[in-house]
Amino acid sequence: MADRPISDYQFERFLDEDKLMGARCVGCGALFVPPRAICTKCHRSEMEWVETTGEGHLVAFTCIAIGPPAMIEEGYDRNNPYCSGAVELTEGPRVVARIEGVDTLHPETIKIGMPVKVMFLQQGAGESRKTVLGFTPVDKN
Amino acid sequence: MNKQRKLGRGVAMVGAGMSGFNMFKDRDSKDLFTEAFVEMNASVDKGLDPNDIDALYIGNFTNDFFAHQSHWGAILSDSLGLVPKPATRIEGACASSALAFREGVFAIASGFYDVVLVGGVEDMSKESTETVAEGLALAAIPYERKAGFTFPGVFGAIATAYFERYGASREHLMDITIKSHDNAPLNPKAQYKTTIRDITRSKIKRAKEKGSAVPDWSDEKDFLRDPIANPAIAWPMHLFDCCPISDGAACLLLVGEELAKHFTDDPLYVAGIGQASGRGLNTAEDLTYFEATRYAAKEAYEMSGLTPTDIQFAEVHDCFSIAELLHIEDLGFFKPGEGYKAVADGLTRLDGEKPINTSGGLKCKGHPVGATGAAQLIEVWEQLRNKAGDRGVPIEDLRIGAAHNLGGTGGTCTFTILERR
Ligand SMILES: [Zn+2]
Repeated sequence: MADRPISDYQFERFLDEDKLMGARCVGCGALFVPPRAICTKCHRSEMEWVETTGEGHLVAFTCIAIGPPAMIEEGYDRNNPYCSGAVELTEGPRVVARIEGVDTLHPETIKIGMPVKVMFLQQGAGESRKTVLGFTPVDKN
Repeated sequence: MNKQRKLGRGVAMVGAGMSGFNMFKDRDSKDLFTEAFVEMNASVDKGLDPNDIDALYIGNFTNDFFAHQSHWGAILSDSLGLVPKPATRIEGACASSALAFREGVFAIASGFYDVVLVGGVEDMSKESTETVAEGLALAAIPYERKAGFTFPGVFGAIATAYFERYGASREHLMDITIKSHDNAPLNPKAQYKTTIRDITRSKIKRAKEKGSAVPDWSDEKDFLRDPIANPAIAWPMHLFDCCPISDGAACLLLVGEELAKHFTDDPLYVAGIGQASGRGLNTAEDLTYFEATRYAAKEAYEMSGLTPTDIQFAEVHDCFSIAELLHIEDLGFFKPGEGYKAVADGLTRLDGEKPINTSGGLKCKGHPVGATGAAQLIEVWEQLRNKAGDRGVPIEDLRIGAAHNLGGTGGTCTFTILERR
């Protein structure tokens, strides 16, 4: 896996394999999830893939009642909103993702700061089937 | 590298015009821009020979998608009878015409042109709401689209981060919506000219006439809290937090500063001009402010030698209510986390100490995206020249106003300070 090019395409192939991968700058150690082919901190271009723990906490979210066509096809609407959010990973980077396992009809129950862990959602069918990055609250029991 | 910027030659604004903003099934971009051009022409106090226009810079976001037609520079140059004058289309999402304005300023400041027409146009309403939403999403960050975010969704997420950090709530955003609706009836060009109070009353009246259940809203906020009257679009963004779909055009005439008196005895001058790029939710410095707004403002303040206190009123990009709240902090009018208190105290109302969006804002004036930046500058023009009628800012010696324009979800921001000397 170390020799795959650093690209969004490969990032998504890793998602297909249930891996949340980032790119780390060999020069300064900065970590990017999704990856960057150059380091936007020091502008060096030697980057390496690293696997994240997939753990973090929720820093922002929204419950979307009127989504794009792909989400409407999945059955989401006013009566069944879906949640999208931003998650800060334990390793530092912030990622945007679908947030599953929360009560989207009662958004006030969704708490910023709550611990979440990665999940890999399957969206679409046939040719258009793809893996979408998701997170879900960590079961505290 | 971090030098203070200045124009090589001063630039003055001597004319301005805009179409009405609304959904026009019977008019296209040519019609709308021509209407704006005719009004601009008539606004030049000492007259304009259109043949003296050296060049055009036209902002347009995505008529390619909305109206299946691109190449608006040349098409408008032709429809205005300005061929062979060069015309360039500029794209910067919802900040397209603020960028067109900047290109016009630079073209004059360089000494290359003397008289430049800048403006913007958008023709959005011919397609379904779903298609328009898809078109607007062309300016979203790819990662956000993949995570299911819509435009209202990105701003909704930003709102949750702001609420969490500073203890604000939806109730504070309602103050912004109510204010925009209070200003709009005073603006003849506005798309929605009804106050929330009047919307509430007319809905109650209609319910009584129809004999259906009469809503018991006690005040404007009570109406806005009602999930039937004001449904969630992307929680916490509700219908009345979002700007409408609009068609419209706006244009301005810029000339070299030393030429201004040939056109009017009352020109405005470009005092400061700033533009910056920003990042998406995943890499932004912070989710409770727009970094591009801050950098654009810093550049404009440094260039002009002015401070936020000097800005007597401003138009800011309120595509969503939360955006107005963040911008009034990012532009330095209020401290981070203090903006919502200022709004609640009425400081941004027309009679407050810092009137914001006297035009009714994007929320009520309308938001034909490619025309918005130019239209914001027209509001500053009308205010500074005491042509704003009943919505005139009640400050004596009105001299300095500003406009802030945002593209996408904060990827492009501009801040322009105009001065009447
Ligand atoms: Zn680096």
